[in-house]
Amino acid sequence: MLTTVQDRGREGFGPLGISPSGAADPISLQLGNRLVANPESAAGLEMTLLGGTFHFPETAVVSLTGSDFGATLDGAAVEPWTSVDVRPGQTLRLGATRTGARCYLCVQGGIAVKPFLGSASTHILSGTGGLQGRPLRKGDVLEIGSSTAPYHKRTIDPHVRDRLSPYGALRVTPGPQLDWFPESSQHAFYTATYRIGEQSNRMGLRLEGAPVLRGGAGQMITEGVSLGAVQVPPEGLPIILFVEQQTTGGYPIIANVISADLHRVGQLRPRDEIRFEQVDFETARSLLIEQEKLLINKELVLE
Amino acid sequence: MMDCVRIQPASDRSLLVRFGHEITESNQQVRRLLHLLESEPIANICNLNPAYCSLLITFDALKLTHGELETILSGYLTRLDEVRLPEPRQLEIPVCYGGEFGPDLNEVASLCGMSPAQAIELHTSVTYIVYFLGFVPGFAYLGELPEPLATPRLARPRRSVPPGSVGIAGRQTGVYPFAVPGGWRLIGRTPTAMFREDRASMSFLSIGDRVRFASVSRARFKTLESA
Repeated sequence: MLTTVQDRGREGFGPLGISPSGAADPISLQLGNRLVANPESAAGLEMTLLGGTFHFPETAVVSLTGSDFGATLDGAAVEPWTSVDVRPGQTLRLGATRTGARCYLCVQGGIAVKPFLGSASTHILSGTGGLQGRPLRKGDVLEIGSSTAPYHKRTIDPHVRDRLSPYGALRVTPGPQLDWFPESSQHAFYTATYRIGEQSNRMGLRLEGAPVLRGGAGQMITEGVSLGAVQVPPEGLPIILFVEQQTTGGYPIIANVISADLHRVGQLRPRDEIRFEQVDFETARSLLIEQEKLLINKELVLE
Repeated sequence: MMDCVRIQPASDRSLLVRFGHEITESNQQVRRLLHLLESEPIANICNLNPAYCSLLITFDALKLTHGELETILSGYLTRLDEVRLPEPRQLEIPVCYGGEFGPDLNEVASLCGMSPAQAIELHTSVTYIVYFLGFVPGFAYLGELPEPLATPRLARPRRSVPPGSVGIAGRQTGVYPFAVPGGWRLIGRTPTAMFREDRASMSFLSIGDRVRFASVSRARFKTLESA
């Protein structure tokens, strides 16, 4: 079980070696917050592969977004992607995932923790942010921020949801060291199917499959690495650097997942299979603009 | 200087600015550009990641394009030579070398054809520059390690390096702030906390600092650790 408090993360502390952290699937968190009338910056709970049991001593308005963890409220199935009215004393139970890697629980008012550098996000490795800088444990008590908004049933339009998470290859732009790889290796990278390794986490996703071999043996000088960078260590198995990533790295980067697809990376489970498809920077930008249009569209939320 | 600057997109929301390959000179340019961007921020830049010879600039791709940012940056790059960097701080890091704290000290010494005592003497003999903080919060890349001590990384990285471990790799040295996997050879450990969220600056070291290591006994280590 790995459940952490997450919000949009803390960007801007690269000079201290601090990566932004934040929700692995920020779109699901954003939509979850929208359903319970929270500001976009509110913190929710990010559950990974397995949920948990949450007891509500007081009334609350909640939402479940992201992957389907088979949630029930006092035994009755809970509709995901919809705001839910919880009465005092009710218990919300979530099991193992039925779809992707992560489910988000948002509560009206937000999860209230002491912010670290302006964000509630847990950074597990450095033990900062979130609830005492760590994943949740059995028996933890979470404070909910105050909110006076009455319950209002809201649902995310399933058609828009589908358009936000297209099936198919993960789209990438060329990485800064793409030309370190001979054409045959680039071809291998773009035709191979990779499997997400068991060792994957919020720092990075390890891929299993066809190795991508370098031409020369030149040493790279350590430099800053972007979110979603696909770095290739000497043995050739790529690693996608993710939200709790190292801020600098010394392995060549063959590609970088486009911003519009980063939220899909957050839903990849160990043993899931992926392929990569190269797009140019222009395309990546228009896909991001298109996604943003869907997200700000008023018809996204059905009331 | 402009001639040796290369700008390249790293992702759809970041640019890499590179200043040649010679670390001492290039890193000074990196620190100048960082300083300038911190004192005169460009709107819609979200993050800066300095390294030896490069600065990674992350921006809001909904509000800025690579081309637009590059144009704004060129104005900054022409002014680098005017930038006066703040006077560097001089700091000391106490280290208990060898034994369980520095499990690779003996191997490093033998690889370098010297005694462990000579290796310690060399490591403490020079003043290092903090080229940048990266990898994990508060991890300072220090250089340059004296040439006779230069040793390659471990063939198989450790799964977890104890916090405070002092490592060397190539001509670099540094202190692990947290328990993380690591491939640098460990020669000692410091009781100084490299990163604390309750400290105003958080990181013990900042980019541009000058640092010396000082050898301390195990007893002194224990005293400092509990202080």
